[in-house]
Amino acid sequence: MINFGLNKLSKQQARTGLIFMMPWFIGFLIFGLYPMVMSVYYSLCRYDVLRIPQFIGFGNYEKLILEDPYFWTSISNTLVYTALRVPLCIIGSLLLAVLVNNAVRGVKFFRTVFFIPSIVTGVVLSVVWLWMFNPQFGLLNSFLAYMGISGPLWLLDPNWSKPSMVLMSVWSIGGGRMLVFLAALQGIPKHLYEAVDIDGGGWWAKFRNVTVPMISPVLFLWSVLEIIFSLQVFVEAYVMTQGGPLNSTMFYNLYLYNKAFNDFEMGYASALAWILMIISLIITIIQFRLSKNWVHYDGGAK
Amino acid sequence: MINPKAKTAVKNTLIYLTLTTFALFFVIPFLWILSTSLKGNEQIFVIPPQWIPSTFMWDNYAKVFERIPFLLYVKNSVFISLIVITGTVLSSSIVAYSFACLNWPGRNALFVVVLASMMLPMQVTMIPVFVIFKEIGWLNSFKPLTLPAFLGGGAFNIFLLRQFFLSIPRDLLDSARIDGCSEFRIYWNIVLPNAKPALATVSILTFMFTWNDFLGPLIYLSDQAKGTIALGLGMFVGQYVTEWSLLMAASMLMMLPMLIIFFVFQKYFIQGFIMSGLKD
Repeated sequence: MINFGLNKLSKQQARTGLIFMMPWFIGFLIFGLYPMVMSVYYSLCRYDVLRIPQFIGFGNYEKLILEDPYFWTSISNTLVYTALRVPLCIIGSLLLAVLVNNAVRGVKFFRTVFFIPSIVTGVVLSVVWLWMFNPQFGLLNSFLAYMGISGPLWLLDPNWSKPSMVLMSVWSIGGGRMLVFLAALQGIPKHLYEAVDIDGGGWWAKFRNVTVPMISPVLFLWSVLEIIFSLQVFVEAYVMTQGGPLNSTMFYNLYLYNKAFNDFEMGYASALAWILMIISLIITIIQFRLSKNWVHYDGGAK
Repeated sequence: MINPKAKTAVKNTLIYLTLTTFALFFVIPFLWILSTSLKGNEQIFVIPPQWIPSTFMWDNYAKVFERIPFLLYVKNSVFISLIVITGTVLSSSIVAYSFACLNWPGRNALFVVVLASMMLPMQVTMIPVFVIFKEIGWLNSFKPLTLPAFLGGGAFNIFLLRQFFLSIPRDLLDSARIDGCSEFRIYWNIVLPNAKPALATVSILTFMFTWNDFLGPLIYLSDQAKGTIALGLGMFVGQYVTEWSLLMAASMLMMLPMLIIFFVFQKYFIQGFIMSGLKD
């Protein structure tokens, strides 16, 4: 009798469960699965949106890899940007987290102040820094001039344009990433540091042998995420440089956007999207492989 | 022999010095933006720069509204944001309720699909989704930017809310079930009121994202009258690239709501990052 009642209840629950998750499922079919399949198909077609797609096999991929110099430029730009930005942002946020982990009076106030710039993202961030980077009247070169240094042309110099955009993202190191690192730091048991004290180790020994291993899972997770984000950089370049000067900030997604929505080469752009997906996947897999050497879970074995 | 008290004092001084240096690095750009936004053109191009304008040109803020249909952009952005927040909160919470509080066959397998879908880069789906909206004639309308929010509200939000819902005591739900409460009423009258902090986090993060979103409006809104504030600012740069005071005034106006929301709802920001970043 009771069994029957429970059964009825669980059947009802199963039905309600399926109904309640439907919005996601329908959304996933329309905006996830179907587009994914279509994107593979488009990438094998010539497609300008106006006429129906025309199947050309691997033509887009061949053209991309063999004949398109911009493809390689955009890949190398994006990889350089990622290689500069990710270590700087992760290390910057970590050091800042260590700094605000000091229990001094008023440190909460500083945490708030450090967080504020990270609220500014996308277009506003780009517009504001466009002005900061102005070679003649911008804040950076005015400051450098005051110090007696003649500043670079920043975004207008092909050698400086990528480092400039990386520098701009350093402004946001006090944001969510720092908070997560801080929470991880606060979870490290005190006795581990005391053990280093007994062994006569200084702050570097503590940082190297306790702090970094103990929070390595969080550092690893954010390195994976930040690399994926960095490979997708778009708005900064679109607003600040349109890919210039001399294509030095023609990042992968900017190139993809131009191909798709300026030239309406949707098939070609879809092929570009899949190559980016594959590059991200390969880098992530390599990171997981390498993580076995340095990431410690539960403070125990590697 | 250094006395330990003196050592602590030196250490604290060094900490405060470093904290202050960083604080200046983070804050000075804001003061610079504010200062530029209040200057006349002849004051902007002065070397070395003046921090406090000789006359405050409050007029610059009014000019932003005259040069571009800024008020209209604000209205559009607010409208889109409100709809997206509503859709996201309603649909991600009901889906999260299903994944966290209800038992059904295949639930765990599908939750893996939810998590995996977070990894799918937007670029891969962007073009076919654009084609779908073009085929049904929704280009140049707010529908492509708003309606998808009602279908799941984003995998990340589902994940965040599911984590939170799991912490609500099961007994509370079961006793309501025994009393004959329908699942929808349990969701609406018990789970949602208990999850207000998590819903606030989702709403705020959604607002920040929608308010700043550039690519979506860029792809879907070609009519100037339909523009959002992010799109408007992006276009403004192209048209008035030398009018820095107006650009900075417009930037200030766009940042203002975000800053206010941050100061009012600080703890929800922090909670959102901690919830998403640490638990797995």
